[in-house]
Amino acid sequence: MYEGIATSCGIDERCSARSGHNRAVPPNLRDEIEDLRGYLLRYASLQLRNREQAEDAVQETLVAALAAEQSFAGRSNVRTWLTGILKHKIVDTIRRASRERAFESTDGEASIEDLEALFDETGHWREPPQAWPEQALEDKQFLQALEKCLALLPARTGRVFLMREHLGFETADICKELGITPTHCWVLLYRARTALRACLEKGWLGR
Amino acid sequence: MSCKEASRLLSQAMDQDLPLWERVRLRLHLVACDACRNFSRQLEFLRRAVARLVD
Repeated sequence: MYEGIATSCGIDERCSARSGHNRAVPPNLRDEIEDLRGYLLRYASLQLRNREQAEDAVQETLVAALAAEQSFAGRSNVRTWLTGILKHKIVDTIRRASRERAFESTDGEASIEDLEALFDETGHWREPPQAWPEQALEDKQFLQALEKCLALLPARTGRVFLMREHLGFETADICKELGITPTHCWVLLYRARTALRACLEKGWLGR
Repeated sequence: MSCKEASRLLSQAMDQDLPLWERVRLRLHLVACDACRNFSRQLEFLRRAVARLVD
């Protein structure tokens, strides 16, 4: 069974409510938290693209969670709770790392030359995008392919894309945090989106 | 407008409001272009999927 970070269930409350709300605090909460370490590490790695930073963020999350077991009371899902804490740690890590200028150089990334190859001389798609089935959001194979395709994006491209689409940063804030120009930011997002959709058409729809 | 330009603007429109004139040109292109309409839906689709990446 696929036990990826991508599930057909979102992080919103409606989803938790569907899967059984107001469960009592499990007696084995500590074990449950420890069991989720692997999942949390993958979630953090996908966004930070740096093993050491990801491990630190997860470690801080587990420490914070164990120190605040009571704050779990009344919540329905340990994973949702921990992921919520980890999200904040990831944002902190991104901010800290950008202050320390730990991010790699940006040479050449702002060019869209590589994206020109998607189009012919007249500006038409070489491989026109297809209509995707709506029910894919509930499809495990789609979510599995999505996670794989996200991991294949170049590090900074993937990080910027997930800051925008998963962590919900505004582009202006992404530019500020990473010290890049708005144009550069849009190019990275454009590149991420075109690469992801092409990867999904191959990996998931098998086209 | 070419598909190349339309796709770039469609991505940009996910992050900020486009000027009116570009919105109009984009709309005219989309009326005539299945591929870019699909591309546009795919971007929306990716947004929903990635937002709910975790349980």
